[in-house]
Amino acid sequence: MNFRSVDRRRFLKTTAIAGAGLAMPTIFTSASRAQEFCNAPTGSSVVFGFSVPLSGPYADEGADQLRGYELAVQHINGEGDGGMLNTFKGSVLKGNGILGKKVEFVSGDSQALADAGRATSNRMIERDGAIMVTGSVSSAEAIAVQSLCSDKGIIYMAGLTHSNDTTGKDKRRNGFRHFFNAYMSGQALAPVIVDAYGSDRRAYHITADYNWGWSQEESIVEATERLGWETAERVLTPLGTSDYSQWLTPVANSGADVLVLNHYGNDMANALTQAVQFGLRDRQANGKNFEIVVPMFSDLNAQAAGEAVEGILGTANWMWKLEDEGTQAFVRSFGQAYGQPPSQSAHTGYVQALLYANACEMAGTFNPEGVVEVLEDFEFDGLGDGPTLYRGGDHQCFKQVLVVKGNDDPADRFDIQNVHQVVDAEQVTYEPDKWGGELGPVRSQC
Amino acid sequence: MTLFKSRKDLLYLAIFALVIFAMPLWLKPFGAGYPDLMQRFAIFGVFAIGFNILFGMTGYLSFGHAAFLGAGSYAAVWSFKLLSLNPVPALLFATLVGGVFAALVGVVSLRRSGIYFSILTLAFAQMSYSLAYSVLMPITHGDSGLQLASSDPRVLDRLFGADGTLPNLFGFSMHGMYGFYFCALILIGCFYFSMRLDRSPFGMALRALKSNQTRMSYTGFNTKPYARTAFIISGMYAGLAGGMLAVTDPLAGAERMQWTASGEVVLMTILGGAGTLLGPLIGAVIIKYFENIFSAFHPGRLYETFSFLPEGVQNFFVTIISPFVGEGWHLTLGIMFMLIVIFLPGGIMEGGKRIASALRNRRASGRHLQSRQFEPAE
Amino acid sequence: MDWLILQFLNGLDKGGAYALIALGLTLVFGTLGVVNFAHGALFMIGAFCAVVFSRLVRLETVTVDPERLSPWGTPLEVRTPMVEVWLGDFGTFLVQYSVPLSILLAIPVMLLIGWVMERGLIRHFYKRTHAEQILVTFGLAIVLQEIIKAFFGANAIPVYAPEAFSSSLNLSETLGIGTSVFYPWWRLIYLASALLIIGLVIAFLQFTTYGMVIRAGMEDRQTVGFLGINIQKRFTVVFGIAAVVAGVAGVLYAPIVSPNYHLGMDFLVLSFVVVVVGGMGSIPGAVFAGFLLGIVESFASMAAVTRVLPAIDQVILYVVAIIVLLTLPRGLMGRKGVMEG
Repeated sequence: MNFRSVDRRRFLKTTAIAGAGLAMPTIFTSASRAQEFCNAPTGSSVVFGFSVPLSGPYADEGADQLRGYELAVQHINGEGDGGMLNTFKGSVLKGNGILGKKVEFVSGDSQALADAGRATSNRMIERDGAIMVTGSVSSAEAIAVQSLCSDKGIIYMAGLTHSNDTTGKDKRRNGFRHFFNAYMSGQALAPVIVDAYGSDRRAYHITADYNWGWSQEESIVEATERLGWETAERVLTPLGTSDYSQWLTPVANSGADVLVLNHYGNDMANALTQAVQFGLRDRQANGKNFEIVVPMFSDLNAQAAGEAVEGILGTANWMWKLEDEGTQAFVRSFGQAYGQPPSQSAHTGYVQALLYANACEMAGTFNPEGVVEVLEDFEFDGLGDGPTLYRGGDHQCFKQVLVVKGNDDPADRFDIQNVHQVVDAEQVTYEPDKWGGELGPVRSQC
Repeated sequence: MTLFKSRKDLLYLAIFALVIFAMPLWLKPFGAGYPDLMQRFAIFGVFAIGFNILFGMTGYLSFGHAAFLGAGSYAAVWSFKLLSLNPVPALLFATLVGGVFAALVGVVSLRRSGIYFSILTLAFAQMSYSLAYSVLMPITHGDSGLQLASSDPRVLDRLFGADGTLPNLFGFSMHGMYGFYFCALILIGCFYFSMRLDRSPFGMALRALKSNQTRMSYTGFNTKPYARTAFIISGMYAGLAGGMLAVTDPLAGAERMQWTASGEVVLMTILGGAGTLLGPLIGAVIIKYFENIFSAFHPGRLYETFSFLPEGVQNFFVTIISPFVGEGWHLTLGIMFMLIVIFLPGGIMEGGKRIASALRNRRASGRHLQSRQFEPAE
Repeated sequence: MDWLILQFLNGLDKGGAYALIALGLTLVFGTLGVVNFAHGALFMIGAFCAVVFSRLVRLETVTVDPERLSPWGTPLEVRTPMVEVWLGDFGTFLVQYSVPLSILLAIPVMLLIGWVMERGLIRHFYKRTHAEQILVTFGLAIVLQEIIKAFFGANAIPVYAPEAFSSSLNLSETLGIGTSVFYPWWRLIYLASALLIIGLVIAFLQFTTYGMVIRAGMEDRQTVGFLGINIQKRFTVVFGIAAVVAGVAGVLYAPIVSPNYHLGMDFLVLSFVVVVVGGMGSIPGAVFAGFLLGIVESFASMAAVTRVLPAIDQVILYVVAIIVLLTLPRGLMGRKGVMEG
């Protein structure tokens, strides 16, 4: 009955013993689970982890990316018509899974946020035994999940992420990106817009106030100024703004004759729609037609902006209207499966899954050390982007970049843009250490 | 010196500790027995228990506690970068930063009450979020988040020759199971502290403040220092929780400060039962469970789960269930919020108590037909 | 001069949006004493009424043309608009003016939703704590959002203003102000409608007996009940009005900000700030605060200001809220005792 005055030491001792007792089993299991590399597959199958946003404003792009992944899994396992597996040059995939193991997958909602992305990836790695994690629709999430996977000894194949940092300042040896970046957009777009609108233009930049927006603005400013443009003003807007009127009204009388909108997602759709409503495109400035440029376009953003996209130039990683055989094969199998053309988000996901599977097959192992060795400086073709190099110095893909133009008379909601020009890889190539950062060593242990 | 007010409390805490430490065993069948999620249960448990000290005890509804969580995360990551990868200084630093930040916000916000107080805290938190995203970039690294780098100075580690690339407690890695037991220990400590607080004269004063502040001040009792202390303590809990997030996963992002994160802890507390000791933790576990487990179901997986059924029935079940899982997990969460608050007034703990006492009464009234319950008039 | 007029117009326009959303919120606070976190969702549903209506009038027949193939090799679906085929010019008019006409759809829909919400849910929460009101209405907001997401997806859907109003009006020419002040027609219409709706609601409360009883109910519910007036029924009406105002605001806002399922949540926090700055339960307060914050926000976003104070445009609303609440304990026009406990 004297419990009321249990002394502190005794209390601590009891709980410590209880804690140690409970900790025991896991200490033993983790010791006995020592494996060659993290989540080494033991059975007849291997698990991929697809971490994409399924809620929030990017949910549709996440859902489309997931469709791309599902299709890739089918094709790797030899189901369906094989899609780009048939056109993929440099591939040793046989359509019987990877190294004879069937590919299975788990998915989760990353909410396009760093924390949620890491939580869902952790679940895939710790609970579901995923050998590789892939997918993203925002750079914040891609960078966060990439560093997590690197710490955990897992390969990360980035999805849609356009910031320079993913394979620049924040690059990791375990992470790979197929998608292009803000710098490439600037390099590809600048000559085209200078060509289209003349070399004596003054540009007004309205930019979303976060890492990606800044790097996008920087790259366009740098590339256009080199070709003779001037920059009239650079204005930052908070991320997630819905009404841009207070930033748009000063544009008309600023002496600028081009407006560059460095925005993405709903921000882009709203800013562009409103810029058109304010009549900027009907104006004359400095004796020239006023023009609007959106450096980075995603298919779904363009759909959200609707008619406002007409005639607007921007860049894209890939588009379903390309006519090479890889693209056609992919569009055919995607369209038959889902009744709509794939977005570039779905394409980059599909390609990343195939590239990873092929690297494992070539390396003869799922061990990240072997996979990284194969993927570094891997050259391939036939995946819709022309000849491509996975550069070893920063794990960035170098390939053609598309300059796209809004369609004046769309037949349906997928027919919103056309390919205006295909820019060669050489024009967008840069030094691997342009933004610092280091890849570090390969990690393969949990 | 007595550690426990009663034998019942000791028993309560012992059972609590046992249940927490046994999480890996009993959460396994629910698909939640992996380190990362259990760490989150413990961390958000600490956050919600701390929030309850303010909201549950005093009735002040803060809509800005995520700011303290975020500040704690940044403090911990900076401690990893500058001092040492050891979690102890990081957590101390995070708690301190959470407390100081809360003191500053509290002094201003507590000059108002009711919804005016809520909006003041919300305003401070949203300002912190916006600034962390933009102008405070050198400290926060904006949207890509503050991360560790191999070039960090780590003064203490260099001094003592400790190595490693991730947070570790003298060599024990802080992600994985050790990280969970570490978080579980802190959770139990925090639970114990809030229990002591609840039973203390200070806790009594806080509850009196909740029931009628005006009457309290008429009696010549200065209520402000009490509310302020509660605010700071709960801010320290939030800072600690933010630090724990960084310890188990060394990354700090601005999104942790957004109003949705503040709203989440409010929902956790109300869902579990504001003012109860255990309720906030239960609320935290439920919300984090939905976010991480329900979102992971995929129609393909569902077909596998129901593969033992004949095909027609299987299709039927998958069609019925799939809108509520995977991308529809928010829908399930929303429906659950509504059902719980409609049918269990006062949250899960309070509702559970009512059901239990109703059952007891029915059994009792079966035996003694005369016994009747008199509800006190309001 | 032009910049001043333009930013002022921007501010009024933004203010109109803030005031309209805050109006319904504060009405529900003041009369029913309920914290309605689902109010943003009502705004969002209003915007989707515009989407639904414009889809209805663009109703298409789908015929499969086996001659032509889609890019993936299946027969192409050919879509022909039905309404225009059936109704000719009137059909074209319907398509053109789908946004203003969808108000006709929004009013009954919002009344129904408001009625169901009040009768089915809100009514049972009058006496519950604010915390529980928040939880249940937040849950409801999530459910409404997810239903919209299930039908319309997460991507924003563009909605177009009538072509006649899709260009800008030259205010310098028409009103003789400034030198070259252009402002989009639709935004001017939006502002005018906002003022009209606010005027109507205030007039209803101020000048009709029905409104007077509601105002009396706001002051002292018990006494009004003693007078033998069915205050319960009036509260349902109040909730319906709040829902309709939010819905119509959503419809009119749709061409400016393409509706997506998340729209309501984006406006929720902001509308609470507006209501509280205006003072709980005060309708003129909410309207005044809406316009004040809109104008302050517009001027704070100018490059000349942000160059001196970086990122001030991101926090200005909160700075104003803090200053107002610290100097005026109950916001600009709040009543004593409302939502202070």
